[in-house]
Amino acid sequence: MSTLAVRKAAPAAGTTPGAAQGPPLRRRIALVPTITLLIGAVYTLLPVAWVVIASTKSGHELFSTFTFLPGTGFTQNIKDLNAYRGGIYWQWMGNSALYAGLGALLSTAVSAFGGYALATYRFTGREAMFNVLLAGVLMPPVILAVPQYLLLAKADLTDSCLSVLLPQILSPYGVYLSRIYAAAAVPADVVEAGRMDGASEWRIFTRIALPMMIPGMVTVFLFQFVAVWNNFLLPYIMLSDDEKFPLTLGLYTLLEQGSNTPALYTLVITGAFLAVLPLIALFLVIQRFWSLDLLSGAVKS
Amino acid sequence: MPHTKRRRLVTSALAVALGATTLAACGSGDDSKSESGPVSLTYWTWTPGMDKVVDLWNKGPGKKDRITVTVKKQASGDTLVTKILTAHKAKKAPDLVQAEYQALPTLVSNDALADISKEVGDVKGKFADGVWQQTTLGTNAVYAVPQDIGPMMFYYRADLFKKYGLKVPTTWQQFAETARALKKQAPDKYLTTFSANDSGLFAGLAQQAGATWWTTSGDKWKVAIDDAATRKVATFWGGLVKDGVIDNQPMYQPAWNKAMNTGQEIGWVSAVWAPGTLTTAAPDTKGKWAMAPLPQWSEDQDVTGSWGGSSTAVTTDSAHKEAAAEFAAWLNTDHDALNALATDGGIYPASTSAQLSGAFSNPPAFFSNQPDFYTKAAGIAKTTVPSAWGPNVNVAYASFNDAFGAAAKDKSDFGAALKKMQDATVADMKKQGFGVSR
Repeated sequence: MSTLAVRKAAPAAGTTPGAAQGPPLRRRIALVPTITLLIGAVYTLLPVAWVVIASTKSGHELFSTFTFLPGTGFTQNIKDLNAYRGGIYWQWMGNSALYAGLGALLSTAVSAFGGYALATYRFTGREAMFNVLLAGVLMPPVILAVPQYLLLAKADLTDSCLSVLLPQILSPYGVYLSRIYAAAAVPADVVEAGRMDGASEWRIFTRIALPMMIPGMVTVFLFQFVAVWNNFLLPYIMLSDDEKFPLTLGLYTLLEQGSNTPALYTLVITGAFLAVLPLIALFLVIQRFWSLDLLSGAVKS
Repeated sequence: MPHTKRRRLVTSALAVALGATTLAACGSGDDSKSESGPVSLTYWTWTPGMDKVVDLWNKGPGKKDRITVTVKKQASGDTLVTKILTAHKAKKAPDLVQAEYQALPTLVSNDALADISKEVGDVKGKFADGVWQQTTLGTNAVYAVPQDIGPMMFYYRADLFKKYGLKVPTTWQQFAETARALKKQAPDKYLTTFSANDSGLFAGLAQQAGATWWTTSGDKWKVAIDDAATRKVATFWGGLVKDGVIDNQPMYQPAWNKAMNTGQEIGWVSAVWAPGTLTTAAPDTKGKWAMAPLPQWSEDQDVTGSWGGSSTAVTTDSAHKEAAAEFAAWLNTDHDALNALATDGGIYPASTSAQLSGAFSNPPAFFSNQPDFYTKAAGIAKTTVPSAWGPNVNVAYASFNDAFGAAAKDKSDFGAALKKMQDATVADMKKQGFGVSR
């Protein structure tokens, strides 16, 4: 989401010099995008606001009071969520953190290696490999979940944490982004200079190229983290033991309890609200790397 | 052009891929064990509190027979069927699964469920014939043991019926008159809604009218979703929606909950599990509802359909079929197990002896005003007509949601929607390679 915002902001900044013909015209141009963006913001933020407000309502108030009127049951909801099957919610939260954190970290490492290699070295089949990757970007991961399950079943890895981690490590989009970023951020001259000074390829990569690629890698990490955190189908197919479930699956089991049992709406809503918080925290913490990203881009052009 | 180079790359890539498959194939071991040692079974279920019920087994009869069952809690619904089939493709399905009755043909036609007629044949007498028949699919085999059922009933706001001087309808004819009478007296109120987001309701109503959607003759299927009985049901509800005497908003949505809670809708065609839903959907109406048998199509009839309900099945992947079947039979016929299922899992048992004992001697808290709730319910359950499911109920249901959803919203012809549902179901069965006669 935030990268989208960054991308939208970039062309707007670029048009500023061109639009400096006169104040009235400039204002008129800015009005339409501003309104469009505001509508977009309301469209995306309204459901979040709903979740925040609904999580404060008790089961009694949930459907009977006005939608955007805060309720009185927030602490009770948290207590209920804590008590549900011995606090299994926090287990799910921990699982999600493990899958998303470790998965995104490994995936970023693989993307950095792959992207750097594709950007710096010239070797046979490089373009073919890159084209396959591009095709992988176009392929929704959902399609691959079932084949991945059948493959991992052969290796007896299903219903284990590895079955969720392994397929997430190779992210075609991550490698693609890394290649583009490495090509732009790591000048060939610098790599060449390193070689002239007798540094090994590994040293050049870790000491020279990687620091230059950090802002791009942060983006890849965040993308992967959010993708894994929100992933549903892959863990759904892979895992059958609900102690290994991530949040998405756990909340789904609360919702679909069979026809004789009503869905635990208040628990699901409170759970969903709490599940968003780590993502928001992560974005706030990592935001500074993005400003660095913008800055380095500005210096180059 | 480096044509040869590219070819070399492709061949080496192929070789690598093939090598990987052989390696992976080596990894899969055959873990069939002999029946004599201790047996451990896994069980996929969505029933809340099932772990407590299984504890009774693991500490009691299971300990004696050295059969341990582990519950792996799942989310209910069609997606679970897909998950079971995917696992079955890799030969990794759990020993025991919970399956809704309408999912059994799908699972059986994919060869995922084992025939346990030898192991559980003697518990047949504990269930109503119409219920048991659903687990045999009309063959000599038995593919599951019934767990819970959802006989359909009519729920109404007793206080508001009294206020508007309405009589509880016993026929669908009277049902329509009641809806019109209410509309005349209180134009802002509806008797009920026709909801197109839960196909189970429509299937149950058609079943009550005498429809059999799927039948087999020889090795061919016959699909009769647009038969006369279903057409009658569709036309009836379509007419009420078109005249605006009943609502057309879907169930379970916040708007519906509100309508139920505030008394904007004063009736609900539902099943025995309705008290649970009403408790959360309409908390302010506690003690104001009453339950009655479903209206009939003719005065001299007394039948009902079913909406919901599930069974316990043993998969073909299980290496311990007998042990698994033994557990399935215990779970759904043992007095203590059923009592625990009712209190912890909130199910309405399929076993007829359990329908009046233990947890069901008192009415549900939400219906404390109707002391004979469960006595009445058990009587109604006996009148459930058999249902006939086919191998692609999920497709029929999905096309119901689409076609009837649109028709209910536009208040257009329900007959055309029914035709669409029939055509989509037949087309899908042909595509899947089933022989379909017509």
